Amino acid sequence: MSDIAINKPVVAMSGPKGRKPKPLLSPRNIMIYGTLFVAAAYYLLPLYVMVVTSLKGMPEIRLGNIFSPPVEITFEPWVKAWATACTGLNCDGLSRGFWNSVRITIPSVIVSIAIASVNGYALANWRFKGSELFFSILVVGAFIPYQVMIYPIVIVLREMGIYGTLTGLILVHSIFGMPILTLLFRNYFASLPEELFKAARIDGAGFWAIYFRIMLPMSLPIFVVAMILQVTGIWNDFLFGVVFTRPEYYPMTVQLNNIVNSVQGVKEYNVNMAATILTGAVPLIVYFVSGRLFVRGIAAGAVKG
Amino acid sequence: MNSSVSIKDLSLNFGAVSVLEHLDLEIRDGEFLVLLGSSGCGKSTLLNCIAGLLDISDGQIFIKGKNVTWEEPKDRGIGMVFQSYALYPQMTVEKNLSFGLKVAKVPQAEIDKRVARAAEILQIQALLKRKPSELSGGQRQRVAIGRALVRDVDVFLFDEPLSNLDAKLRSELRVEIKRLHQSLKNTMIYVTHDQIEALTLADRIAVMKSGVIQQLADPMTIYNFPENRFVAGFIGSPSMNFFSGEIVDREGHKFVRVNGVDFGLDAYPARSPIEAGRKVTLGVRPEHVKVDESLPGGEFHDAVVDIEEPMGADNLLWLKLAGQTMSVRIAGSRRYTPGTPVKLSFDMSMASVFDAATENRL
Repeated sequence: MSDIAINKPVVAMSGPKGRKPKPLLSPRNIMIYGTLFVAAAYYLLPLYVMVVTSLKGMPEIRLGNIFSPPVEITFEPWVKAWATACTGLNCDGLSRGFWNSVRITIPSVIVSIAIASVNGYALANWRFKGSELFFSILVVGAFIPYQVMIYPIVIVLREMGIYGTLTGLILVHSIFGMPILTLLFRNYFASLPEELFKAARIDGAGFWAIYFRIMLPMSLPIFVVAMILQVTGIWNDFLFGVVFTRPEYYPMTVQLNNIVNSVQGVKEYNVNMAATILTGAVPLIVYFVSGRLFVRGIAAGAVKG
Repeated sequence: MNSSVSIKDLSLNFGAVSVLEHLDLEIRDGEFLVLLGSSGCGKSTLLNCIAGLLDISDGQIFIKGKNVTWEEPKDRGIGMVFQSYALYPQMTVEKNLSFGLKVAKVPQAEIDKRVARAAEILQIQALLKRKPSELSGGQRQRVAIGRALVRDVDVFLFDEPLSNLDAKLRSELRVEIKRLHQSLKNTMIYVTHDQIEALTLADRIAVMKSGVIQQLADPMTIYNFPENRFVAGFIGSPSMNFFSGEIVDREGHKFVRVNGVDFGLDAYPARSPIEAGRKVTLGVRPEHVKVDESLPGGEFHDAVVDIEEPMGADNLLWLKLAGQTMSVRIAGSRRYTPGTPVKLSFDMSMASVFDAATENRL
């Protein structure tokens, strides 16, 4: 009797029913989208000015309206920035710096990540006597200002006979990446279930077998995070590039500075803008290509219990 | 019988914290031994020591007569199954099973043979090409057991293998583990906090508390003749009824007097005569009390029904007796309404009497 009544409601429903309507222009939405729009404009406007200026000829720039789009698009500034801009010493543009930066960044990233990941793995899984102390010292290293260490490192590199060479700079980058990368990898490996490591040990896998066959395949996101941190960090480095190399090995950032600050003749704003965008292109591309993995890796390292 | 695993005077401490102290344990060949205790009692720690995953502070561990105290886990002839399954997520089931053999450089033909055999025993042939993420909890745990199976080990170690499964799967896999033990006849050491798993699976149970084995015996002995009050209270659901009282002597017969109510000890199998005046705790399991039925030589005690909990096959009565609440298990068909006065008769031959101070069985 009662179940019949439940199945067939006799009285029509009145009052609110179904999905609750959500107005598009609620105060909450206006706040959220307004803030996002302002923030986006703040970051995108300078980029817009740079792109627009780099595509203009010098006569058009002299008109002084920096926000107006180019009347006549020209790629000449880009070509000049890459190939023929003068730095005071030579006139082969940014290309020399670009290849120097590539030769610095790739080995530094590979060496630092390879060593730091093994460090992190050992610290997280193979607790040896004093490993906590070792780890603390390494973390403290991350907080020492670079400037303090520059002169001692110059001496060390000179004594090793690699001062002013690419090898020397690669070594410095690899070492300076170590504290933060080791911290990153240790925390990631510590967040992986400990029982996996135990199971692998029962299965008879040793230090390297567990690292290469169990841990490495599970750690792609954190490797991407480390790669992005290192590529952008080393590519954008200016200080070490100036201090530890000779002019013929200057990385792209230093080269860019020399082009922009060279005082002969007129300031070619369009060439400067093009050179700046070219220099920033590499980290930008890295972000676009691996951004999704980057976010996933950061999240995995942060909250995975 | 030969001893399979033998632990002699084992101690383990982390810094100043002592986890296991002077622990001795002999596990027979082919035995199913359950280490039972609540969390933090050291049972998993002991298992990790046997596996070689933890370095012990003192003592020795023998497996099959060989001193393995300083051996690596892989050289101990053990396989281990973990609570979280611990399957390698990037490998298929087949690769998971064969990983240990590949590391040990077993020929591929032999690997295939052993994987096929393990898959057949555990009924996971259809899953071999899948990744662990595509398996259900029960299937994952089966693969985890298979990983120990392919390695052809002497001793299986289980670390709470069923705790992550839901109740139905848990009871299914429990039966399967028992069947596995019956067909393989390997030594198995099984850690759990679940007393049902312990009672159903074990040949012998070691009840642990604070790193010390409280009692080591077969399940029925543990259940019916607990060595101390902790074991008595830990095993059994609902818990054993405890009454604090004092031994009195009435015309040559000993009684436990609880709030003026006397329980005769003539039928109690005491280990040594219990002298009058001693403070004791009387323990009686809910099924060892009859309601409105007499036992041979039994005396009646007046009680009042407080709450009734029908459980289908059984009916659990909560009663007031001697100013205390106690539970009694009766047949599900017999119903009582709260407030009914009843007459209870205790089966004192199945009761336990513990010293109030030492809490040991008398």
